[in-house]
Formats: sequence, C-alpha cells, structure tokens
Amino acid sequence: MSAAAWFIRRLIHAAGLLLAVLVLNFVLIHLAPGDPAVVIAGEMGGASTEVMAKIRAEYGLDQPLVMQLLAYLGRVLTGDLGFSFYFNRPVTALVAERMGPTALLVASAIVLALVLGTWLGILAARRPRGLAAQLVSVFSVAGFAAPVFWTGMMLLLLFASTLPIFPVSGMADVGRPKLGFAYALDVLHHLVLPAMTLAMVYMAQYSRQSRAGMLAALAADYIRTARAKGLGELRVVYRHALRNALIPVITIAGLQFGQVLAGAVLVETVYSWPGLGRLAYESILRRDSPTLLGILLGSALMVILANLLTDAAYRLADPRMRGT
Amino acid sequence: MTASIGRRGAIAAAATLPIAAHAQSTDPRRGGTLVTLGGTTRHVNPAIQSGTPAGIPGTQIFASPLRFDDKWNPQPYLAEKWELAADGKSLTLHLVKGAVFHDGAPITSADVAFSIAVIQKNHPFKTMLEPVETVETPDPQTAIIRMSRAHPAILLAMSPALCPILPKHVFGDGRDILTHPANTAPVGSGPFRLTEFKPGESITIERFDRFFIPGRPYLDKIVMRIITDPPTQLLAMERQEIVYNSFLTTVRDAERLAKQAHIQIIDKGFEGIGALNWLAFNTARKPLDDKRVRQALAYLSDRARMLKVLQAGKVPQALTPIHPGSPLYTTEVNHFEYDLKKAEALLDEAGYKKGADGTRFKITIDPIPGTVEATTGIAEFLRGQVKRAGVELELRVSPDFPTWAQRVAGQDFDLAIDAVFNWADPVIGVHRTYLTRNIRKGVIWSNTQSYSNPKVDALLDAAAGEPDPAKRKAEYKEFQQIVVDDVPILFLHPFPYTQAIHKGLKGAPTSIWGPMSPWDEMYWEAAERR
Repeated sequence: MSAAAWFIRRLIHAAGLLLAVLVLNFVLIHLAPGDPAVVIAGEMGGASTEVMAKIRAEYGLDQPLVMQLLAYLGRVLTGDLGFSFYFNRPVTALVAERMGPTALLVASAIVLALVLGTWLGILAARRPRGLAAQLVSVFSVAGFAAPVFWTGMMLLLLFASTLPIFPVSGMADVGRPKLGFAYALDVLHHLVLPAMTLAMVYMAQYSRQSRAGMLAALAADYIRTARAKGLGELRVVYRHALRNALIPVITIAGLQFGQVLAGAVLVETVYSWPGLGRLAYESILRRDSPTLLGILLGSALMVILANLLTDAAYRLADPRMRGT
Repeated sequence: MTASIGRRGAIAAAATLPIAAHAQSTDPRRGGTLVTLGGTTRHVNPAIQSGTPAGIPGTQIFASPLRFDDKWNPQPYLAEKWELAADGKSLTLHLVKGAVFHDGAPITSADVAFSIAVIQKNHPFKTMLEPVETVETPDPQTAIIRMSRAHPAILLAMSPALCPILPKHVFGDGRDILTHPANTAPVGSGPFRLTEFKPGESITIERFDRFFIPGRPYLDKIVMRIITDPPTQLLAMERQEIVYNSFLTTVRDAERLAKQAHIQIIDKGFEGIGALNWLAFNTARKPLDDKRVRQALAYLSDRARMLKVLQAGKVPQALTPIHPGSPLYTTEVNHFEYDLKKAEALLDEAGYKKGADGTRFKITIDPIPGTVEATTGIAEFLRGQVKRAGVELELRVSPDFPTWAQRVAGQDFDLAIDAVFNWADPVIGVHRTYLTRNIRKGVIWSNTQSYSNPKVDALLDAAAGEPDPAKRKAEYKEFQQIVVDDVPILFLHPFPYTQAIHKGLKGAPTSIWGPMSPWDEMYWEAAERR
C-alpha cells in the first residue's frame, strides 16, 4: 500500500474514532452525579431558585440530554468547543493555553523514559547476570509498582525539601520576565521533577521491554555474523541489535501515550504544573463538562496523532511494515 | 439624632490595635512583591458572589464604603464619615473627595447607588440588603440609603467583602452582570488593580498609584498562585515560594509551619467570616423528624472528646448557630454533654427501642469533602459513638463537592457534615439556615434541614429589624437557645483558620474580616523586601 493511501485510511479511522470519543465522553460525563448549576451556586455562596434556573438556561443545561449532545456536536464541527461553566472562558482558549505546558511535560517525560529506559535495558541485556542487570531489575519492579502521585511526593520531599535543589511547584519563578534564555533555563529547572516523576513508571517498562528485545536480538544469527566479521561490540549493539530491539519499545511508547497523558493529571496536580492535566482535574471536581470534553477531545487528538507517528516510525524502523 | 464616626476618631482607635501599632513602629515603606496562595474562582467580582476565592482578590481590587477593625467597629474607607439615623431607616455615606477608579474616572455616589442595586439584585445573600428601597444621591459625594425598616446589619453590609463599589460606566452598560466580561477584567476602586487573571493558575494585582488613601498600598505587586495539592502548598510555604497563606485550614498544618524559623502563625481575622463546622439533621425524615431522637444523637456525640481526638484539643466547641467570635454569641444554651443513659432514655421514649440484634435504627451520614479531621474523621468518630446506643450510622463518602451538594441540596440525606459561614451579621449568613420560608429544595445552603419553628421565624424577623442593640442581642440569645434545643443542627466547632505569614512581612490583616479586607497595610521589612 502506498504511503498516501495508508495515510488517508488512517485519517478516516481517526475521524470515526473522534466521533465515538466525543459521544461516549459526553454521555459518561452527563451520567455522573452532580449538577454544574449547584456547583456554581455553591461557589456563589448559595443562589435562589431563579438564579439557578438562569444559570441552567445560560449554559443550555435545561435542555434534554440528546438536544445538548446534538448542539455540542454541531458546535464542535464549527471549531467551537463551548464556554467553560467554571473558568468562565471559551474552552478553545483554555485548552490552547494549557496545551503547551502539557506537551512539554509529556514529551520530556517520554523522551526521558525512552532514552534512559532503553539505555538501562541495554545495560542489563549485555551482562544479564551482572550487578547492573540486578539493579535495573529492582528499579523496574519498584518504578512500575509505585503510584505516580507517591513517586511525585517522594521526589518532592527528597529534591525540593530535604535537598532543596529543585522548585516545589509551578512552571517558572513568579516575577521573572517570560522570555529569553534565562526563562528557558528557569522552565527547565521547574520541569526536572515533574518530568522525572512522569517518566519513572514508563522508564521501568521500557527498560524491561528493551532488555528483553535486546537479549533476543543479541542471540540472533545476524549478530553472531556481525561479530564474526570483526565488528566492534558498541557497533554491534547500538547499530545492529538496538534497531530491532527498539521496535516493540516504539510500539508500546505509542500505545502508552494516552496513559502518559492520564499520568499527567496527577503529576500536574502535585507540582501545580499549569497544563491540561490539572485543568482536567479541576474540571472533574466542578462538573465543568464543556472544559472536560474539550480536554478529552484534545487528548484524543494527541493520542491519535501519536499513534499515527508510531505507525510511521514503525514503517521506518521495519521495512517489512511498508507493505501493510 | 444621628450616630456619626469620622476618619480622625477611627484612626485614633486604630492606633490601639496590635497590628496597626506594630505597623507604625516599623515604619512601613513601599515596594516588593507578595506571593500568596489563591483559590480557583470564576471571576473576581464579590458583588455577585460570596466566598473567599473571589472575595480575597475582590477586596483588593474594589473598595467599599466602610471597613472594620478587630473589635467589630466600622472604620472609614471610601466613606470618610457616615450617619445612621436614630430610627435605623437610613444610612448616609459621605465619600472621600478625589477618589478615582483604576481608569481614572471619579468615584461618585452614583456608583455607590449602582453597586448597591447590583448587589441587592444579584448577590446570593438576599437578606443582606433586603429592606433597601432607594439610594439617593443629592451630590457626587453623598449617598443616602433609605430602608423600609431599621436594618442593623446595614453597616456590616458595607464591608469590603460584601459591598464592592463598581464603576457604573463599566458595569452599567446594559449587559448581564452575571456574565459581564469586566468580572474577569475589572476596573476597580481598591488599592490594587488587576493585571493578570489566569483562571485556575494565578491572579496578579499591582499597586494602584492613585488609590484614595495617600501612601497606600505599600506593596508593588501581589501574585496569588493557585496550588491545589495541600502537601505541595505546605512545601511551597516552607521553601518560601509562597510567603503568605491567608487561610490555613488545619491545626496540623499550622503546627508544622510554626516550626519554620521564617513563618509566623496568626489566629486572628476570621471572626467576621464566622466559619462553623456542623452536623445537619434532615428533620423531614424519620426518625430524625422527632426532636427527642435528634437530642439523643446530640447527647451521644461527645464533642469534647471528638475535638481532643481529631483536633488535638486545640479547637474549641461551637455551641450555637452563631460563631463564638461574634458579640451576639451566647454560651447559655444546652451543652448536650455526653450522656449515654439520657440518650437511650430519649430514644426509648421516642419509640425506637433496641431490636433483637441491639439495633434501634440505621441512618446515613454525608460528610462534605474536605480535610479528614473536619469531615470523614468526625463521621467515623460519630459512628462509634452512636453505636453504643444501638444506632447504625452508614458513612456515604462523596468523591467531590458536586456529588455531596446534589444530595444535600436535594434533601436526600439523613445527617450531613457541612461547613457554613456566618458572614458577620446573622441576617446575612445565619437566617438562611433556619427560616421556614427558606426551605428550598435544590438550593445549596438554604434551609436544607427542612427545619420549621414559628417562634424562631418570629424571633429572626424581629431581630433583623431591631435597632436597639440590647434588645437585638436578647432576641438572638433566645433564638440560639431554641435552635440548640431543637437540634436541627448539632454545632461542632469553629473552623481553626489561621494565617501563616513570612516574618519579614508586616501589617497582616487581622480585622474581623482578616484576609477578606484590603491588604493596603502590608509591607516588607526593608531587609526582607523581595
């Protein structure tokens, strides 16, 4: 199949998937107990029956659910994600504002997890019975088992309180001009702990995956041939074995993109990182369905895009896949 | 005959206050940034909603006619003097000359009249300005509030958190005030102007150089950062990323922060807000429709032990619907000290005898989501207490506020743990919970207990319009005695709010409104300025 045909087919699948995500999320959110008008009234300190009726009418909450769904789908098709009940702003603006910090956090975490996880896997595979392999194994089990919020709190306690190296919260120091190299460094300083927290669990998984892949690759005939030809060990490992060992890691990384986004909800809450995850958390607590739907739509788009990129990377890494 | 207080007298009185005296002694100077904790809010306009997340920034952005000291005395603010008529039916405000809004337009009596009309129509506290008939504006500096009857709460209703003065030329453009874009980008009248509003992230305000009190405010800038995770809030305070937490909610956190060399804990400034934690009874449901059952549960609750266990004995009991910090509070009520025998006798008398399995009846309890010691911890404690008398208490934990609010507002509960504010005068924040006419299904913080007592209704209506302070106090005393005895609510404790503040930061707000009053007196000591 040509690349163009493959791409068009994937786009059609993606559109169907997005529609399903929209409808399912809309229904699920509206099935949850809790009335947004009561939440707004609660924040107001109470409200009369008339004011609550006005709030419901204002946001179309007095309409039957099917009508609300159809109206929502209609708006989404025109690029309007609605107006946030709680944050009092257009959802598109809110999501766009928070997308950057989340993308930075998630991309950093994935890169960190992929690079370090793969390297740890290689380290363990080269001497499967060595001390390094045992340590990587312990790290993998611990990293995989620890809940992400717990890891976040522990890293905070260790590196922001006991050893005050990194900041506790936020994306940048208050009052610092938001431009220039100094600002970039400041963001990087604030990024280390959240990205490390988010990366930890995936790093553990990738190290196990790459270790297994590497062990299989290193035992393959073509590696024996490469060694017999007199190639250096580093060249054998990193040039020949790694390429094949990476295919399952890439696949898993693509599939797990959605999970990384879900993990960002907790990490962003613990570190007050101003991203979509924290916005999602606040929106859930306040039944702000337009915002939540906008975030979920944005997340779905990112996951679909990540899957597309994964497939593209897969086709690049393994020429046999180009025929599918 | 009128009662008049002017700026000079008030300044003399203020000089006796500990914080004011402290502020004077260290020579406040301008400059510096204050980074504090903020709350998530839809907007910053306190004219149309109550609560601290909007109220704290709102009281910095908007000035009000009056402010209060820590002894409940009104002080001049936008009104340099005022007169309350002897019959209590009119309040005349004389505005400071030369005061301007943040856009440079003069603040006039027309803006006061407009703001009062907006608040009367849109603020959730309907009783706050209910008797106001008109606001006359004989000249740009004078506003006369005319009322249908005496309304002693009117002075407290002029407080910063309750009566922000809005610019008529901005908010009066005919658009719906509830969704007006200026709610998130306001032109204010207070000591600070809004420069950045990032919902759920931060609110930044900066000094307004043309503020009507010369030399104030002292701080250049205040950044209210929104950190939702409580442990992170504490760490940020310890690391000095945050230097002021104006609403610390637990004794545990206050004790932890007090150990930091750079932090001071202040336990003043929460009398006006008057936050109470209580146990509400749904009096419309069996078996709680029987007063004897409610009294029995009150006798079983052992609040003294509960506070010792959950609050390390550092929080006092609340005995009545009125906050212990209010001058209207009385302790001359039934204290319902723990008495298992009396409780069992009352339950027997009400016809709820123990069954073969030792159980009399089963009821549910819905704690409002919050800190363990003020919500689920209390529910767990009570479960053990009432079981001794054969009452089964089933805990229904709500994952979030909307779930809880739907149950309570919908009157779908037996017992509910709730946190409710007095808002200084009972007319503003107390009446709503007990008046029969305020039983409104679906409306949170109305009379969700479905409590009805004609005598209480009559007392509250009388006290609302009673101009004689002594008579009013007596009426509220009787009200407290009846309500405590009827037990539509069992009062647990005032919220142990404290302020945690960097020691280099002076002039913390300790009036009855505390953090919900202007922070124009706060400043950094020279050596600590940042």
